[in-house]
Amino acid sequence: MDFYYSLAQIIGFHALLGLSAYVVLLTGQVSLAQAGFFAIGAYVAAMFTVLAGWHLVPAMLAAGLAAAAMACIVGFPALRVRGLMLVIATLAFGEAVRLFFFNFDYQVAKGEVKVGPLGGEGFRQIRWFPEHGWTGLDVMLFVWTVVALVAGALWWLDRSRFGAVLRAVGEDELAAQSVGLNLTAVKVTAMTIGGFIAGLGGAIYAHYTTHIEHSNFGVLLATFAIAYPILGGLRNVLGTIVAVIFVQGFLVEGLRFLGDWRNLLFGALIVLAMNLRPNGLIDAATARRLARLFGREARRA
Amino acid sequence: MLEVRGLVKHFGGVRAVDGIDFAIRPGEVFGLIGPNGSGKSTTVNLVCGLYAPTQGQILFQGQDIARVATHKRLSLGLARTFQNIRLFTNLTVWENLWMAENAPAHRAEAGFLKRWVGGRGNARERISQALEFSGLAHRADDLAGSLAFGEQRRLELARALAARPRLLLLDEPAAGMNAEEIAQLDERIRMLQQQGYTILLIEHHMELVMAVTDRICVLNFGRKIAEGTPAQVQADPAVRDAYLGTGA
Repeated sequence: MDFYYSLAQIIGFHALLGLSAYVVLLTGQVSLAQAGFFAIGAYVAAMFTVLAGWHLVPAMLAAGLAAAAMACIVGFPALRVRGLMLVIATLAFGEAVRLFFFNFDYQVAKGEVKVGPLGGEGFRQIRWFPEHGWTGLDVMLFVWTVVALVAGALWWLDRSRFGAVLRAVGEDELAAQSVGLNLTAVKVTAMTIGGFIAGLGGAIYAHYTTHIEHSNFGVLLATFAIAYPILGGLRNVLGTIVAVIFVQGFLVEGLRFLGDWRNLLFGALIVLAMNLRPNGLIDAATARRLARLFGREARRA
Repeated sequence: MLEVRGLVKHFGGVRAVDGIDFAIRPGEVFGLIGPNGSGKSTTVNLVCGLYAPTQGQILFQGQDIARVATHKRLSLGLARTFQNIRLFTNLTVWENLWMAENAPAHRAEAGFLKRWVGGRGNARERISQALEFSGLAHRADDLAGSLAFGEQRRLELARALAARPRLLLLDEPAAGMNAEEIAQLDERIRMLQQQGYTILLIEHHMELVMAVTDRICVLNFGRKIAEGTPAQVQADPAVRDAYLGTGA
């Protein structure tokens, strides 16, 4: 059973990572910086719980805010460039963050041992969950509560005018400007929200794995982040979550029995999924079908 | 209302707009015409801020707006439609109109939070009026991209009007329309003028321009070659030369 709890936790923080990229992607920005924000969240939260002895929840919020602040700062210069240039700029930022943590030492003596991030060796002993006696089930429920809150907030945001504004900017910047939308403000806000969500995800990740190091937050993770909303479709947040379950639950874990062949099939299945469902796993037609299904049930009830 | 003084725009070595002056009075329908490549569209893009002028002033209600950010010009009361329709095709008709909610006319009615993260309820009444006017009420929940061409043009106009501008820039609104649709457009422009809108009309369709405008400015090679009432402009030999070639 612990295996499934653990898998659900992995899916949980990857879902947060995917949702952070989803918000940014709505405005038409392909950002490879999400892994960097995730890393900031992971290190900041771990430092608060391990070094400062904070409770996890305020530490997570601090991690989210730190990542959001960084996203806001990065947003201004980065969003002046578009398309491929933005991809490169955000990629460079992500790598810069990774290399910062590669060189980041901040160790404090705690009793007999020294704790804290130690450069290339990473940050060990992030043991808030076991120290407080949380079981795998508790952690899983906690992770999914956070995912549900974030997804719910985004769902609501999507249905408010701001959601339509994000999509409008993503679709036609020129028209968006001429209906009075401030492109910079909208894009930076989206980036900041995305940074906050990635920070929360990173905070959970650090405490799930108990040991983080710079190499966890490389290009691969950034690619995953952007792949989820692209694969899931931008119709609504559910698409991204379904994509995370598909990738982490089925492709990464479900195919483990294939051994070395897994990675080959992994790539092939993503290509196949994108070809069969070019508008995402949950596209407009599926969304309508689901709505009808739920609508009918609601009427019956 | 809008006054353009010595407006110049160069793209590299190309003088797209080469020193244009005109002034639009409140309440009039002002036509801007000229052969292809005469600088009409560039002028419109300068007025609504997509390009910054190389030289010259754009005075809107007495204020020089040549360096004002594009999105702020809507708040000043300047809305436009595009020659090649630019709708948010993956948003619904209703949502397209919703985008105008940040216009100053609506700010008085809804606070910051309501305008930005509010639900549909706040805007329902305003938007249903706009839908009614453009005859698109039955398509409110369809994606803008699924509309027929004429409907898309009407929606774009409705979106500009939803901002309740003082000056409306129509960039070739008749392009691609059939005779019947043009007649409707003619009627609609007159109706808007009666409602108090000032309109800058850029158009190739001469019959429409001559019928609805009060005054016309004719451009050729980035310069103004004539200005006056439709009758004056039609009688001007320089205009005939520009359209038909010298000696015609």
